[in-house]
Amino acid sequence: MVAPKPLEDEIRIGVFVCDCGLNIAGAVDCAAVTVFAKALPGVVCAVRNKYTCADPGQNEIKDAIRAHKLNRVVVASCTPRQHEPTFRQCVREAGLNPYLMEMANLREHCSWVHPGNREGATRKAMDLVASAAARARFLQPQQELSVPVTKRALVIGGGVAGIEASLQLADAGHKVVLVEKQPSIGGIMAQLDKTYPTMDCSI
Amino acid sequence: MPSTYVLNMNDCLGNNPIACGKCAEACEQNAINYDDHDEILTREIGAIIVAIGLDVYDPTEMDEYGYTRFDNVITSMEFERLICAGGPTAGHFVRPSDQERPKRIGFVQCVGSRNPKIGRPYCSNICCMNTIKDTLLLADHYPDVQNTVFYQDIRASGKSFEDMFQRSKEAGTRYIRGLPGEVEEDPETHNLTVTVENTTSGSLERHELDILVLSVGVQPPKDLAKISSLLTLSKTSDGFFMESHPKLKPVDAPTRGVFFAGFCEAPKDIKDSVCQAGASASRAGALLNTGRIQIEAITSRIDEQACMKCGQCAAVCPYGAINWKKGEVAVVVEAACAGCGACGATCQFDAITMRHFTDDQLIAQVRALLELEPQDKVVVFACNWCSYAGADMAGISRIQYPASNRVVRTMCSARVSEEMVLEAFRCGAPVVLVSGCHYADCHYINANRQTAKRMQRLWDKLEKAGVRPERLQLEWISAAEGQKFAEVMRQMEELRKTVTMEEIEHTRHALQPKHKKIPEKKTATAGAR
Repeated sequence: MVAPKPLEDEIRIGVFVCDCGLNIAGAVDCAAVTVFAKALPGVVCAVRNKYTCADPGQNEIKDAIRAHKLNRVVVASCTPRQHEPTFRQCVREAGLNPYLMEMANLREHCSWVHPGNREGATRKAMDLVASAAARARFLQPQQELSVPVTKRALVIGGGVAGIEASLQLADAGHKVVLVEKQPSIGGIMAQLDKTYPTMDCSI
Repeated sequence: MPSTYVLNMNDCLGNNPIACGKCAEACEQNAINYDDHDEILTREIGAIIVAIGLDVYDPTEMDEYGYTRFDNVITSMEFERLICAGGPTAGHFVRPSDQERPKRIGFVQCVGSRNPKIGRPYCSNICCMNTIKDTLLLADHYPDVQNTVFYQDIRASGKSFEDMFQRSKEAGTRYIRGLPGEVEEDPETHNLTVTVENTTSGSLERHELDILVLSVGVQPPKDLAKISSLLTLSKTSDGFFMESHPKLKPVDAPTRGVFFAGFCEAPKDIKDSVCQAGASASRAGALLNTGRIQIEAITSRIDEQACMKCGQCAAVCPYGAINWKKGEVAVVVEAACAGCGACGATCQFDAITMRHFTDDQLIAQVRALLELEPQDKVVVFACNWCSYAGADMAGISRIQYPASNRVVRTMCSARVSEEMVLEAFRCGAPVVLVSGCHYADCHYINANRQTAKRMQRLWDKLEKAGVRPERLQLEWISAAEGQKFAEVMRQMEELRKTVTMEEIEHTRHALQPKHKKIPEKKTATAGAR
């Protein structure tokens, strides 16, 4: 049964706008984005960092969570496909549930693709931050399901790469199932006579 | 290959009824079992290393080299058999037409590589060094041979490779910059004449040769598509597997728990395959050692009270993760749910919550993006695995496009509900794009088929409401297609410019919800009674 968790009395969002050196700041007016973020509903602090993913940047997030009693965090930096685990871990260390962190992609989706259009890129960056902050208002803490890992590996293909991977896994004490469609392992390498750079035979 | 005997089952007579059985009598080890047969084994596993290798390019289509017409044109793989002491000629290198030892030996590089005309733009990586190795072997075995290599560029950038290239030249191998335009055969002698433009000297040259070796490239293996759909993997534009990140996660597949080793990820030589196999084993080993893993909390939840027991969610679940029987409330098996959201977008009764990708969250994003000057913006729903990653790829490649697009990320395009699209139009969006993985690449088996169906319904709905259906667009963009993402954004911007303010205003009103939702109605009626 799903009982929607009661929304906390007050949403307190912190927004952290990353320059990423010049990767973002080179094309986007990050100072203006920070000022814009501060005025968004529910935002209680907005901070600009040189590199949010570096230790000083992460520490600023952690400090702000404690100082401003933040219960939501928006990191406006790069793609979540790269750094979502980093920032989830960061807010977790400051006592927040990792699912209360949201990212706005100002680098791959904005500064890197609009380098000659500072005005357009800055407007877009503001919208992306507004969108992330609006989403953040509805974020809820989540608990991850933990499942056991079966301690056995499957290697598909018995060429030199598959054989080597299987041997290394087995040497490390793991059970390995190696699957090969041909009657014999060896793959393409076994069809060669001599191989470079050693000029010795392949098998 | 192989080095042990294998029964060729297509030709074996077997011993039942006793037709032959001679090999079983001859084998002192009793290693032959005629009753052995294929069987399906089931094993639970915690990590997968994909090392399915490569296929060698078949040069038949490149008719200018005469591979199918002339006996003395062979491939580099055939050369390996002819020079091998364990091969059919016991290592005595002879040419096919007359079994004589050839003295004038030519090699053509880039056969099936770096050739966009035949759809093979990539470098196969190994062929330059393989030919250099062959010339050294020949010069070593037969000091009187004259090797000639026709090439575009020699790529010898690995450790000690330049040294081998220099030794090959010192051994008398001629390197001629230019690929042959034509190969002719003398019908009497079966000698070959190669016509080539020497691009260093600018002259047209003809070379008479006894044998020509085509240094064939490599291609993704035939089985790649099958493995790809089985494990929901993606391909880069050259057809090899796509890694999670080109620099930082070079052996991880985007699918958790799957890793790549060897050629199937990209052309590479033996040493690099061994290196990558080690990296892959280490990554897989780390996963196996953790004991337990956390599943991202993005799974589906069903509100028992709101569920109308219709079963539509169970029908669209690609994983069979929703249990439902007629007349009963649907139940999600959380461990089997992958979080695509197809069920959440399908449920008409607000009974399904996608954790961390709720309707509230996504609608709030749409509204926030369109709060100011919506007429300037294109709303793009992009799936995490393909289209969003394709937009990332455009960024990584620094491909520029108009700054009008505003991306909303969902795990799968199937998560995008009718309501989200309609709300975007109500908020004044001139154009809405829904984008996802190509059919075969869908990270959630085939959830994006639901996207296509829903889009069809939406187009009908828009048309009925007097809204131009083309203002809602659907595109499949893969994680490797940064170029395509940028191109689609340019098209969307052109489309956006055709949408007038009057049209936007009309749409806002035309799409206002006319009726309350069915369950609310029922509750209201029940309450009144």
